[in-house]
Amino acid sequence: MGIWGARHVQALLGSLGRLARNPLATLFTLTVIAVALALPAVLGLAVTNARLATGDFADAVDMTVYFKTDIPLAKAEQLARSARARHGIAGVTLVSAEQGLAEFREHSGFGEALKALGDNPLPHVLNVHPTPDASDPAALDALKRYFAAWPEVDLVQIDSEWVLRFAAILELLRRALTVLAAGLGLGVLAVIGNTIRLEILNRRAEIEITKLVGGTNAFVRRPFLYTGVLYGLGGALLAWALVGMAVLFLADPVGRLAALYGSRFALAGPTPREVGGLLVTGAALGWLGAWLSAARHLSRIEPRA
Amino acid sequence: MITFERVGKRYPNGRVALENVSLHIAAGEMAFLTGRSGAGKSTVLRLIALLERPSRGVVLVNGQNTGTLASRRIPAFRRQIGVVFQDHRLLPDRPVFDNVALPLAVAGVALREIDRRVRASLDQVGLLGKERLLPGELSVGEQQRVGIARAVVSKPPLLIADEPTGNLDPTLALEVMRVFKRFQEVGVTVVVATHDLHLAQEFAQTQIVLEDGRVQGTPEAPLPTLQAAP
Repeated sequence: MGIWGARHVQALLGSLGRLARNPLATLFTLTVIAVALALPAVLGLAVTNARLATGDFADAVDMTVYFKTDIPLAKAEQLARSARARHGIAGVTLVSAEQGLAEFREHSGFGEALKALGDNPLPHVLNVHPTPDASDPAALDALKRYFAAWPEVDLVQIDSEWVLRFAAILELLRRALTVLAAGLGLGVLAVIGNTIRLEILNRRAEIEITKLVGGTNAFVRRPFLYTGVLYGLGGALLAWALVGMAVLFLADPVGRLAALYGSRFALAGPTPREVGGLLVTGAALGWLGAWLSAARHLSRIEPRA
Repeated sequence: MITFERVGKRYPNGRVALENVSLHIAAGEMAFLTGRSGAGKSTVLRLIALLERPSRGVVLVNGQNTGTLASRRIPAFRRQIGVVFQDHRLLPDRPVFDNVALPLAVAGVALREIDRRVRASLDQVGLLGKERLLPGELSVGEQQRVGIARAVVSKPPLLIADEPTGNLDPTLALEVMRVFKRFQEVGVTVVVATHDLHLAQEFAQTQIVLEDGRVQGTPEAPLPTLQAAP
């Protein structure tokens, strides 16, 4: 480890000691940081869970392709075969005009009225099932345009547009969350920067003497950087605890609600990877906030004599 | 060790602290800067410790020109100089040991070595055994000696002191001067700014009298080591 390492350990222990000597002020600062970090974390988790809960709906995405009424059944069958060969399509069911009419008669309750019609007014129809990986809005749109381009096709309808709208809302939330997280990140930076600024002013005499006896800027800055990292990391740990508590608190009612809908959905907590990201983000924000503050305020302190 | 060549210093607020000062202090000497308050004694020390750069002229300390030294070399430069203040400038919330150890800590000295040298330094000023006390628990004279221990702990070749006896009674002042004298006897160059002419007369090998930012010469002997500007 050597002298270099020993000096870092010393600076780290010194910073820890100073934080521990003012437990109330430290706890207050940590809480502010933790809330600022926990808020986007909780919302991010909410979006993730919403996506998981509605993940089954991707299968519900269906597309109905209506042929023009003058297209013969043989032609429709041929087109169905070529559709089945296309990538991104899990299944294609051809519903002939006759089958359609029969189903309609059976389920609609208009059976008697339909008997009055001489001709079958219904076209042949393809029910298209996209594969799950081709169920996102862009792929569905491409598929829709593919079918619409056929001259034999009258109309293409995506049956589950609300699913797409829901996905779009989730995407919007995710974006808004990014903006919110960036804003709160700036807030954390400001809180840590200001805390470090006060710390620097409090220890002005010490900084002056240290510079006077030949302390380099790096030496003077080091304890403040460690303090910043400790604040960020401590805040992130506290944020993790807050998120964990929120998940525990909500898991039961969410489970019951899901059960009422016949779903076995369970609230997902943060993954180890997400927790790691939270801790690294906290530490990085702490370091950066302290560095910015130190760069701004330390250079102004020069020894007097 | 120290050479001033026609040095002028004007502070940003417009006050001219030094007009045209030339002086030379040889290595191993014990030199005194005397003169009234505001004559420029402190400014000379600030220029030596590179707390200020000269506005005009050249300041050479241990062969280095302080006017042109790069900022990133200032820390290394300052490590060659021990500084003692009138108000000792100890950190009140740190024990004596930590205060004295600071110059070694910034120089990256190993912990075991720091322990040994802090004790040696405290021993030299007669304060061994008081490492764990806070400065506030010591007498004024003892605090001043802790300040001296801090200034010499890294064995700098140059020791400068600004009114080191200003707050001390004559007996303590004499004691502090004897401590300086002992360092000078082992080869350290000592520069003391003081208005106490008795002490200066008793201990000075070189006395430089400043008045209104100019050198007035020595009171008795005609400038053995002081070179007037040509």
